[in-house]
Amino acid sequence: MTRWLPRAYLVLVYLLLYIPIGVLVVFSFNDSRSGYTWGGLSLRWYQSLFNNNAMVEAMWNSLWLALSAATVSTVIGALTALALHRYRFRGKKVLNGMLFVVMMSPEIVLAISLLALFLLVGIQLGYVSLLLAHVTFCLPFVVITVMARLSGFDESLPEAARDLGASDFTMTRTVLIPVIMPALLAGWLLGFTLSLDDVVVSTFVSGPSYEILPLRIYSMVRVGLKPEVNALGTLLLVFSLVMLMLSQWILTRSKR
Amino acid sequence: MKKTLLSLSNLTKQFDGKTVLDSLSLDIYDGEFITLLGPSGCGKTTLLRLMAGFEHPDAGTITLSGEDLTGTPPEHRPLNTVFQHYALFPHMSVFDNVAYGLKMEKRPKEEIRERVEEALAMVQLQDYMRRKPHQLSGGQQQRVAIARAVVKRPRLLLLDEPLSALDYKLRRTMQVELKRLQRELGITFVFVTHDQEEALSMSDRVVVLKDGLVQQLGTPREVYERPANLFTARFVGETNFFPGEVESIHDGTITVDVFGLKRTLRRPDFPVREGQSLHVLLRPEDIRVLDPADEQGVAGKIVERNYKGSTLDSVIHLEYGTEVLASEFFDEDDPAFDYRLGEPVKVSWVDGWEWLLPEEADESVNEDALTDA
Repeated sequence: MTRWLPRAYLVLVYLLLYIPIGVLVVFSFNDSRSGYTWGGLSLRWYQSLFNNNAMVEAMWNSLWLALSAATVSTVIGALTALALHRYRFRGKKVLNGMLFVVMMSPEIVLAISLLALFLLVGIQLGYVSLLLAHVTFCLPFVVITVMARLSGFDESLPEAARDLGASDFTMTRTVLIPVIMPALLAGWLLGFTLSLDDVVVSTFVSGPSYEILPLRIYSMVRVGLKPEVNALGTLLLVFSLVMLMLSQWILTRSKR
Repeated sequence: MKKTLLSLSNLTKQFDGKTVLDSLSLDIYDGEFITLLGPSGCGKTTLLRLMAGFEHPDAGTITLSGEDLTGTPPEHRPLNTVFQHYALFPHMSVFDNVAYGLKMEKRPKEEIRERVEEALAMVQLQDYMRRKPHQLSGGQQQRVAIARAVVKRPRLLLLDEPLSALDYKLRRTMQVELKRLQRELGITFVFVTHDQEEALSMSDRVVVLKDGLVQQLGTPREVYERPANLFTARFVGETNFFPGEVESIHDGTITVDVFGLKRTLRRPDFPVREGQSLHVLLRPEDIRVLDPADEQGVAGKIVERNYKGSTLDSVIHLEYGTEVLASEFFDEDDPAFDYRLGEPVKVSWVDGWEWLLPEEADESVNEDALTDA
């Protein structure tokens, strides 16, 4: 008894986690209009998904936004982490603490304050406002990921590079960045995922000119769940699995 | 007359108000193997980092063959460093690590390949070119670090405790190998260590440092046999200190009272006067352990004996309260030579094997100064 009980518990936990996802995947291939009865295998919801122009556009918008937000925040975040790591300056602690404030504060607060800011400055709600908002909440995660890597960084590596004739810039390009690459990649992926599934902040700062996927799905659900959503969910699942495997592959390769 | 390669003059360096180097001057000769020896915190690593250009002196100048290097950044100094923890680039192969410095010089590909292979052959690692550093053992990583530093044919090689992370046996092998490399390459080596044995066995000259000041500069033999002060005497090797009092002064000799023995010793370089107290220094291997019935010598008894393979090291507690360390070689005639604890003996030495030092105002250079040695 003592042997099967923990196993059964483990199985139960995993079932609870994965059954809904499994159901979603299975029902994305369901021919029935209803979400609850099985009507045979079909790809009709995938077809209808790709015929839904608004949906496809929202998907591309979301991907493009996530891509650009992750990239911009990785660049700014990596430079911030380097500055915090390398230099001693006034207000360093405050700057460091402020990153955590952004990370810890409720998303709704960030959303409202960003909206107020954009209205005040006169930035049109759309791609630019979304990008700025997403970069803002992705940034601390990137900085912290990169700083964690830098804290374990052998300080004599840059010195060795300089000693062998590399200028500060060449050293950064040929030694520093390659060594912290896994952290940059991890930070980028984190930013990408955070941006892709953000709802709260996006709800506030998006405009009619640039509709993104989570908001599109949300509005669809309100008028009634269509099995198209299952197909979309399955595609996103496959996409994130591929991304995850890709990142793992890059990480293990860079270690070798 | 030896040619000076690197000249350090009046170097001063402070960190957060704490003086690490105090107006230190030192001339390093072309082609020599010079060792900076001292306990941790003595400034030896800082001195090396000033030479490499990783730190800048608060005052003083560094010149290489007459050319002022003081403000030159590390990438423009014709010298290279072997780091304590090797600092190999983890994302590059052994080949790329060694090639790094030549790539920075924008050498043609063919020349880079040739010189890298040559450098790796020198450290017997030509078969490991495609490996990544983490696939090598500590000793191999060390050799890659050396190859990477010498491939640029620097005028001067700086080595920052390069052997401290290796185990004892490997360290001995690398010591021999480093000496061989230095002879073959003809490059000046500046070696930093806190291991006095390493310093004595490898160097042409040893610089003993303490508190940012040079305590003594000389050949290993000079430093060991004729220490300039109590610190050097205590730091380099084991030493017995006998209190002596000058009884009378003659032409080339003085008569000194040591534990009631009247010994006529060579007159030291420092000024002496009658009645003055001084230290009589004797290395453990200079101590003679005699039969208790012997006429001369100071009586005591054995309180500890350590079999060391080639020597028998014993501690003798003198009747005067002092403990004496003696190190005797095994005699072929008497392989079973040994002491038992508590055995009464007499202790003496051969005249002329002692070294005399005056008493110092600051006599506190005791064991605590040696804890990290």
